[in-house]
Amino acid sequence: MASQAHALTEADKNRFYLTKEHHPENGTLLGFWIYLMSDCLIFAVLFACYAVLGRNYAAGPSGADLFDLQLVAINTGLLLLSSITYGFAMISAQAKKVKPVLIWLGITGLLGLGFLSLELYEFHHLIQEGAGPQRSAFLSSFFVLVGTHGLHVTFGIIWLVTLMVQVAQRGLGAEMKRRLMCLSMFWHFLDVIWIGVFSFVYLLGVLK
Amino acid sequence: MSPDLVKFIFGRLTWDAIPLHEPILLVTFGMVALGGLTVLALLTRYKLWGYLWREWLTSVDHKKIGVMYIILAIVMLLRGFADALMMRAQQAMAFGEAAGYLPPHHYDQIFTAHGVIMIFFVAMPLVTGLMNLVVPMQIGARDVAFPFLNNFSFWMTVGGAVLVMASLFVGEFARTGWLAYPPLSNIAYSPGVGVDYYIWALQVAGVGTTLSGINLVVTIIKMRAPGMSLMKMPVFTWTSLCTNVLIVATFPILTATLALLTADRYLLTNFFTNDFGGNPMMYVNLIWIWGHPEVYILILPAFGVFSEVVSTFCGKRLFGYSSMVYATVVITILSYIVWLHHFFTMGSGASVNSFFGITTMIISIPTGAKIFNWLFTMYRGRIRFEVPMMWTVGFMVTFVIGGMTGVLLAVPPADFVLHNSLFLIAHFHNVIIGGVVFGMFAGIVYWFPKAFGFKLDPFWGKVSFWCWLVGFWVAFTPLYVLGLMGVTRRVSQFEDQSLQIWFVIAACGAVIILCGIVAFLVQIVVSIMNREALRDETGDPWNGRTLEWSTSSPPPAYNFAFTPVVNELDAWWDMKQRGYQRPTSGFIPIHMPANTGAGVVLAGISTLLGFALIWHIWWLSAVAFIALVASAIAHTFNFKRDYYIPAEEVVRVEDARTEALRSLT
Repeated sequence: MASQAHALTEADKNRFYLTKEHHPENGTLLGFWIYLMSDCLIFAVLFACYAVLGRNYAAGPSGADLFDLQLVAINTGLLLLSSITYGFAMISAQAKKVKPVLIWLGITGLLGLGFLSLELYEFHHLIQEGAGPQRSAFLSSFFVLVGTHGLHVTFGIIWLVTLMVQVAQRGLGAEMKRRLMCLSMFWHFLDVIWIGVFSFVYLLGVLK
Repeated sequence: MSPDLVKFIFGRLTWDAIPLHEPILLVTFGMVALGGLTVLALLTRYKLWGYLWREWLTSVDHKKIGVMYIILAIVMLLRGFADALMMRAQQAMAFGEAAGYLPPHHYDQIFTAHGVIMIFFVAMPLVTGLMNLVVPMQIGARDVAFPFLNNFSFWMTVGGAVLVMASLFVGEFARTGWLAYPPLSNIAYSPGVGVDYYIWALQVAGVGTTLSGINLVVTIIKMRAPGMSLMKMPVFTWTSLCTNVLIVATFPILTATLALLTADRYLLTNFFTNDFGGNPMMYVNLIWIWGHPEVYILILPAFGVFSEVVSTFCGKRLFGYSSMVYATVVITILSYIVWLHHFFTMGSGASVNSFFGITTMIISIPTGAKIFNWLFTMYRGRIRFEVPMMWTVGFMVTFVIGGMTGVLLAVPPADFVLHNSLFLIAHFHNVIIGGVVFGMFAGIVYWFPKAFGFKLDPFWGKVSFWCWLVGFWVAFTPLYVLGLMGVTRRVSQFEDQSLQIWFVIAACGAVIILCGIVAFLVQIVVSIMNREALRDETGDPWNGRTLEWSTSSPPPAYNFAFTPVVNELDAWWDMKQRGYQRPTSGFIPIHMPANTGAGVVLAGISTLLGFALIWHIWWLSAVAFIALVASAIAHTFNFKRDYYIPAEEVVRVEDARTEALRSLT
């Protein structure tokens, strides 16, 4: 598409300007992709910190002492499921069916809320046990990495509710579909990050 | 009121935070307040508030935003340079018994503020402003990809600058040096608000920078005129693309790193502490993974300016266009793998240090290729020594020497001797002043007629250039000498009287640079007064080669009545060669983005949020945060973001230009 836009026809070569209205291709999705990659770098920094500091227990508890893998497995399941339900919302959006879109988005939001509640429960539990973010560099990097992901999910849910209102008001025109697409990329991106957190932090954490 | 209630309402903010006992600050505050009130009074007197709000503050026009960025940079340059003069004066007098006039805690704030302001609020807005002004016109577009985001980005940068300026009169600024290394910057050793001002100013401005980076990357990739393939883009656009890729690829790292420092300071985590497993060197690594590409973010657009200037004022196409492009891309990539040369002394071991030493030296190869390309463009060219060309030649001489001292520092054993010395200070001022500042001045003089419709006065431009060039060398050669003798940076008093003469010479150099800055301001005033004599009706005052010169000066809001079609590199030159006739009929309505005040509102709330967090005013932080999210959501409900300029309006503007062009012949 992009290459076509810049290729000249024979007729163009003999003129200096276009006489018709010219609209460049919309750049929102590309811009959002680039934003996601920049966000990815923020997580890269947090993962790097965890890689460097994640074994600095300061004579405190380690991941093997703290992590409850069953809880995390349920959590992971909720988040992965929410990506599927978001996918169903997008399929309905392609078919221009407002009501199924709203229902699927609602389910996605609820799954996200479930994920957040379990995460908050886990954080609360750890802090109660004296394993809060101040305890050691390992716990600092754990809380900030997982917490930043949770913060992203929180904003994702606020955004999702906003879009539900707008879809209900305005239907599924090109602009709303583009917005849904952006949130969709954001939501799946958070899934990918979580898979990293799950394997790198939790699974490797309990090994030792 | 009970003390608890006062503390709840004002957080850490008390009357002690107002520096009533510091005469220097009081006088400064008096002058700033007086100046500010005068401006406000004049705006009210001439009823300009409405005009200012509608035409500038809420504008999404990339040209106006670019101009506003540059104005911000010039204002902040005055502040940053005042800091420089104070440091030079202090170091010239504080020898032996004399303690100078600045107490150490004040001196430490000054060198921190100088660095932060010059990089984040002078160099960055200059670069971003110039890219905003020029890039859309060079690629034949009508605006950037996300016009509202552009306005928002600008106001976030202003918000950061406001926080830095506020620290002068309310509280204090960081005393840590411009990168705020922990453990010094951590809560145990810097419990005051200084580091918090630093953090939140950079975070607020950093959001703006990242978004503007995304914006310009998408603009360049998606909005080029038909026919402009990547290898037909003007070199300034190429360097802008690479710079913005670097912005997107590095500023998030700065954001994350500062956020971790914030967590250490506010939540008492242990990322960069000395105990509980924290690791301060992690911060130094991370901040330089941002910090080193940052210097290329600044210099690449300057390289782009020099490329445009050289080919225009030599009347030739640029020598080695494709090698210039490849050199730019190679520098972009290499800039990412050299960060460790900022701390060879950390003790990473010989292999790691050699790797980073060698990659650093390799960067001088593409940079050298660029220098030769400019020289070969000049070779057998018809060189016109207009002011932009003088800045360019001054740059080539100065920058090459700065580059060579950089290669010296890239040798790890040499760096062990020169680390943190004044030699390093001289080196990076050599490349930043000689490269970025000269480049931005060249760019301002070169594109000023495009933005405003009249040229800048050449006499005062030449005075400014010579003062800067001579002043730079007088100010920084002594620092090379002192650095080789082992004098370290950030010292406010000296024992050894024999060093004093070098600092006195350096202070004289700073005064000569001051003359250069004054001459620049005089140049602008004189040019505005003589604007009729300096007027350019053609839109192409320098006989330019790229598309921005094909439209009128200043350009209409829509830049081009019809989107240009590009067949060659140097598209406008090609059009002129092939007998291009400007269209005078058949105009159609033009689709444009509408102005919005949302950017001002959002950035204003963000700045307030930063202020509340700095002073631990938690209720205000919560209110500001909720207001921020709410206004952002409210903005997404605004679907009326565009309008059409009616065909009659386009006809009126274009007819006026036809008239003006006719009167020339």
